[in-house]
Amino acid sequence: MAAVPAEAVPTLALGDDALVLSHRLGEWAGHAPVLEEEVALANIALDLLGQARVLLSLVGDEDELAYLREERAFRNCQLVEQPNGDFAHTIARQLYFSTYQHLLYEQLATTTATSGDGAGPLAALAAKAVKEVAYHRDHARQWTLRLGDGTDESHRRMQRGCDSLWRFTGELFQPLEEGGPGTGGLSRPAGDRPAGGGPSVGGPGVDWAALESEWLASVTAVLQEATLTVPEGPRRGAWTAGAGRQGVHTEPFGRMLAEMQHLHRSHPGASW
Amino acid sequence: MSTATVHQTSGPGQGPLPGSGEPDTAALEAVFDAAVAADERIEPRDWMPEAYRKTLVRQIAQHAHSEIIGMQPEANWITRAPSLRRKAILIAKVQDEAGHGLYLYSAAETLGTGRDDMLDKLHSGRQRYSSIFNYPTLTWADVGAIGWLVDGAAITNQVPLCRCSYGPYARAMIRICKEESFHQRQGYELLLALSRGTRAQHDMAQDAVNRWWWPSLMMFGPPDAESAHSSQSMAWKIKRHSNDELRQRFVDICVPQAESLGLTLPDLVWNETRGHHDFGAIDWAEFRDVLAGQGPCNEQRITQRRQAHEEGAWVREAAAAYAGKHSGVRAGTEAAA
Repeated sequence: MAAVPAEAVPTLALGDDALVLSHRLGEWAGHAPVLEEEVALANIALDLLGQARVLLSLVGDEDELAYLREERAFRNCQLVEQPNGDFAHTIARQLYFSTYQHLLYEQLATTTATSGDGAGPLAALAAKAVKEVAYHRDHARQWTLRLGDGTDESHRRMQRGCDSLWRFTGELFQPLEEGGPGTGGLSRPAGDRPAGGGPSVGGPGVDWAALESEWLASVTAVLQEATLTVPEGPRRGAWTAGAGRQGVHTEPFGRMLAEMQHLHRSHPGASW
Repeated sequence: MSTATVHQTSGPGQGPLPGSGEPDTAALEAVFDAAVAADERIEPRDWMPEAYRKTLVRQIAQHAHSEIIGMQPEANWITRAPSLRRKAILIAKVQDEAGHGLYLYSAAETLGTGRDDMLDKLHSGRQRYSSIFNYPTLTWADVGAIGWLVDGAAITNQVPLCRCSYGPYARAMIRICKEESFHQRQGYELLLALSRGTRAQHDMAQDAVNRWWWPSLMMFGPPDAESAHSSQSMAWKIKRHSNDELRQRFVDICVPQAESLGLTLPDLVWNETRGHHDFGAIDWAEFRDVLAGQGPCNEQRITQRRQAHEEGAWVREAAAAYAGKHSGVRAGTEAAA
C-alpha cells in the first residue's frame, strides 16, 4: 500500500488509537462480568470503531490502512494496545485513555472550529466524538470508584491495574505532528502545509502542556476519590515515551494484528 | 384488557390473597380462560395457573439464555472480521443480543423468578438454551449463515410470540423481532457479498450454508408427534403454530432467498400436491445428542459462560460493597440537591 504522507500522520495516529482500543474491547464480548457490561463495553468499542473509520478515511482507504499495514507502520500509543488483563486493568486503561481523549477532542473541537482554516472534517469529528468520549470517561470513572472503593480484592486489583499502565501515559502528551513526535508541537502555519494526503491535526495547535496538567489533575482526583494511590513511577519509561507514535510497539501488539488482519490478508483484493 | 381489573387477584409467585377465605380456583381459572379465549393479555399481577407460570418461566428463561450463549459463536469472529464495516455490524449485533437477554430476563422476572436464579440454573444445566449455539463458527461465512438462517428461523418462531398471551413476553418480542429482522438482512447481505465475490468466497458461503441448514431446521423443535409441551402451550396461546408448521414455513421462505443468493440448499423437492417444498430427513439422533449435552460446543459454551460469571464475581461484589458504603451518602446528596 502507498505510504502515508507526513502531514496525515497525526490523523492516522488518532485513528489508530481508536482502532486498536476498539479491538481490545471487542475481545471482551462474551466474557464480561455482568450482562450490562457486555452492552457497555461493546458500545464503547463501537463508538471507537466509528471514530477510527472516520479518521482513517480522512487519510486513505480505511480497510487498507487497518488490514495491510504492518506493526511498524501503526502510530497508536502503546497504552491502547496493552492486553485487557482483568476487568480492573481494562478499566484503568479506559480511565487513562478516555480522560486524555476527552481533553484532546475538546481542544480539537474548539480550536479547529474557531481557527477558520482548520475547521475541517477533524473539528466535526472531534465535536461529535467528544460527546461519546464523555460517556466513556464517566463509565471508566464510575468503575474506578466502585473497584477502588469496593472490596479489598477489587481495591488491590484496581491499584495494580493503575500502577502497571502508568508508565504508558507519558506518551499521550508527546505532541502529535507531522513526521512524528518530539519536534515542537503539531501547529504549523496553514499556508505551509503540503497539499493532499488528509488534514493535519493542526489548526492553531493543541496545547499539550495544558492537556497534560489537566489530565494529571483529573486522573488524580478520580484515583483519590476511589481511595487509590496515584502511582509514583515515571510516566515516560524507557521505550514507552513516544515509541508507539513512531511505530515502535510492545510485543503483544504484533499478535493482536496477526489475528485482526489474517482473514483480510488471506484473500487479497477480495471485497467483503 | 377489559377484564384486567377482574382477574387481578394475586401477585407474582404468590397464592391467593390471604384473608379471602377458601380460594375459588375454579372461578379464577374461568376468568383466566376467558381472558385467553378473548385474546386478552395476561399481566404480571393477574392470577394464572401455576403450570402456565412455570411453562412461561422455563420458555422465557431459555430464550434469554439463548441470547447470551448465542453471543459466543458470533463474538468468535469480532476480532477477525475482514473489514471495518463488517466488524462494526458484528459488534452492534452482539451488543443487541446482550440487550435482548436483558429484556427477556426482565420479562421472566415479572413471573417471580430472579436473574441470579436463572443464571444459576443455566450454569448448572438445569435450564437450557437453544441447541443451535452448540455448533461452531469455523469461517467468516458462518457469521452470514447465522444471520440468514439462524436468525431467520428465530424470527419465524418468534413473530407469532408477539401475540403471545403473556403481555410482558409479547411486548419484549415485538422489540426483539424488529432488531432480529435487521440482523437477518445483514446476514443475508454478508452472504450475498461472498457469493458474488471470488471463487474462494463463494465456496466459503456455500460450505457455511451446508453446515448450518440442518441445525437451523432443528431450531423448530421435535416433530409435532413428539413435542411434549406443544398442545398445552397452544391452548394457552403461548404458542400459536406447531413446530412442523413453522419449520415448513421457514423452508418455503428460504428456497427463493437461496436462489437469489446463488447458493443451494440440500435435499429439497417442490411438492406440487402439497404446494410446499419437501425437505430431507432431519437427523433427530443428532438433535437429541446436542440437547443431551453432546453437541460439538456444549462443553465449550457453558464453560466460557461459567468462567465469565465466576471470574466476574469480584467485580459484582465490589459494586455491591460500594453501593453499600455510598447509598446513604448519595441519598443524602440527592435530598439536599
